[in-house]
Amino acid sequence: MATAAQRRIKSVSYAKYGYIFILPFFVVYFIFSFWPLIQTFILAFSENGSRTPELIGFDNFKTILAKPAENDFKAMGIHNSFWNGMKNTLIIWFGNFLPQIALSLLLAVWFTDLRVKMPGKGFFKVVMYMPNIITAASVAGLFLSLFGDSAYSVINTLLRSGEGEEALKLISGCWSSRILVMFIQVWMWFGNTMIMLMSGIQGINESLFEAAEIDGANATQTFWRITFPLLKTIMVYTLLTSMIGGLQMFDIPYMLHTGMVVNDYIKTVAVFIYEMFHNNFAKPSFGYSGAASVILFVITSILGALVFYVQRDKDAIERKKKQKQAAKEWKRKQKRGGGFSI
Amino acid sequence: MSKVTYASDKGGYQTRVLMKSTLIYIVLILLTLICLVPIWILLVNATREHNEIISKFSISSLIPGSHLFENIKTLRTNSLYKFFSPLLGLKNSLIVAGCCCALTVFFSGMTAYGLVVYDFKLKGPAFVFILAVMMVPTQVTAVGFMRMLIQMKLLDSYIPLIIPSIAAPAIVFFMRQYMMSSFPLDIIEAARIDGSNEFRTFLTISIPMMKPAFAVQAIFAFIQKWNDYYNQSIVLVSGKREQLTMPMMVQKVISIDRNPDFGANYAAIFLSIIPVVVVYVVLSKFIIGGVAAGGVKE
Repeated sequence: MATAAQRRIKSVSYAKYGYIFILPFFVVYFIFSFWPLIQTFILAFSENGSRTPELIGFDNFKTILAKPAENDFKAMGIHNSFWNGMKNTLIIWFGNFLPQIALSLLLAVWFTDLRVKMPGKGFFKVVMYMPNIITAASVAGLFLSLFGDSAYSVINTLLRSGEGEEALKLISGCWSSRILVMFIQVWMWFGNTMIMLMSGIQGINESLFEAAEIDGANATQTFWRITFPLLKTIMVYTLLTSMIGGLQMFDIPYMLHTGMVVNDYIKTVAVFIYEMFHNNFAKPSFGYSGAASVILFVITSILGALVFYVQRDKDAIERKKKQKQAAKEWKRKQKRGGGFSI
Repeated sequence: MSKVTYASDKGGYQTRVLMKSTLIYIVLILLTLICLVPIWILLVNATREHNEIISKFSISSLIPGSHLFENIKTLRTNSLYKFFSPLLGLKNSLIVAGCCCALTVFFSGMTAYGLVVYDFKLKGPAFVFILAVMMVPTQVTAVGFMRMLIQMKLLDSYIPLIIPSIAAPAIVFFMRQYMMSSFPLDIIEAARIDGSNEFRTFLTISIPMMKPAFAVQAIFAFIQKWNDYYNQSIVLVSGKREQLTMPMMVQKVISIDRNPDFGANYAAIFLSIIPVVVVYVVLSKFIIGGVAAGGVKE
């Protein structure tokens, strides 16, 4: 009874609409993100000090990674600046991640504890997330006026006892400025991490907690034996994404200073990259900037691959494996059957 | 006997819970103070005059003054602050963040819709591509972006700030997850039978159905673009006054190193955060829910 009309309807394919719907995304992505990425790779192998640089090979990577000759002061400066940025990025990331994850985890456990009745939970969450939405420039300005080097910053007016006293210079100090940046990062991000971990804990089957309570486990035991092991995936995910985010740390380190020069003790890799192509815009150092970007890209790609590995759907993989095995088995049987028939 | 132990045990349990709750509350209140005191000091100092701010800190330094309007006037008249204009900054930031937000949400929804509703050959590869590029940091492409803008003569224009937001991999990912879990595909079939074409189905049926996801992502996209100093400072490289966005203006204020008027400084920062904070307080419920929903990526 399949009439011509029915057959025609069956053959209507909507595939082309799929392409039409995703087309704008891909066109714009290729022009404004993918092409710049390729350009970055090209620039990494190009000369510095020109807006239309020529290719020069691996020199930029050599300058940045290997120690240049002692008398080549310019290369030495670039080399040191890059490694200084790497070191600062690592120090600041480490010093902000550890306290942040510890604090967020503690708060997340408290907020999700069934035993503790907690009125005003919503209020606390709202307040703790708030620093995250304030513009980094304003946060930097705010903390500069609170902890600035000027004799009139809040901390100095608070500590001042008499005239002619030295003002506390936290912003230009080495470790004081680093600790301040770490503090600001924790201040801005702990609410976010807390909420993410909370939704992770809420994803754990509630009956496990109830069973533990009935069996007489205390809070510490419950945490180490149930919450923590089951939260491992989301913790590793948080760790890796935070590392990727940490490598991009820019706004606060770049802006936490008065005057025009960025403090060397808190200058991160992202600031290094930015300064290389942005400062002295008539003669930008595209090459060094590009090379550092490529190095950063490689590191983040490795971290990103790890995220995927951690996040992979283990059940789906298991199922696929079984399917494959079943298919193989079936094929083998077919073959054997085929053999017999011949 | 058993009753007695039970009662005393219960008492012990309750005291423990009470003690724990008290401890938790003390820590929470401390953290709340740490979050709010800086903002409170900012608010107070924005309303006090220069001489009050530079005098020794005391309890009265925590009580708002009455000089907010004078400070704002200083911002308008003093030549040190000539590049800071709250209304102009607000307008520019609104244009950039508003357009970006609209484009991001609409096109991400459209891309996610295409990936969920239709079956086509490149569907799998397209999604894998989106997943893969989600992690590429802006900082990595910035140099190439700058070079491209020079070649295309697009510097100091809002176009390269706004148009790229059509492609937001992370938001496409989120919308796709949302649609996979809660979008009834039968309805599209029904619309087809009723003779609606694909675009009309998307615009008049699917978008209204995806409103919750759209709303959350719109808020996040808006806040993110509002705060995006990095891209704005790359694209608006000459820093023309009439083009500056709020974060760029604030950055210019805080890098003043010659005898600023502290009241005006505080007022500038205050004016820059107040729109965001107001929006946040009004929409906080959605925002917290959105963070929680985005956090579970499993």
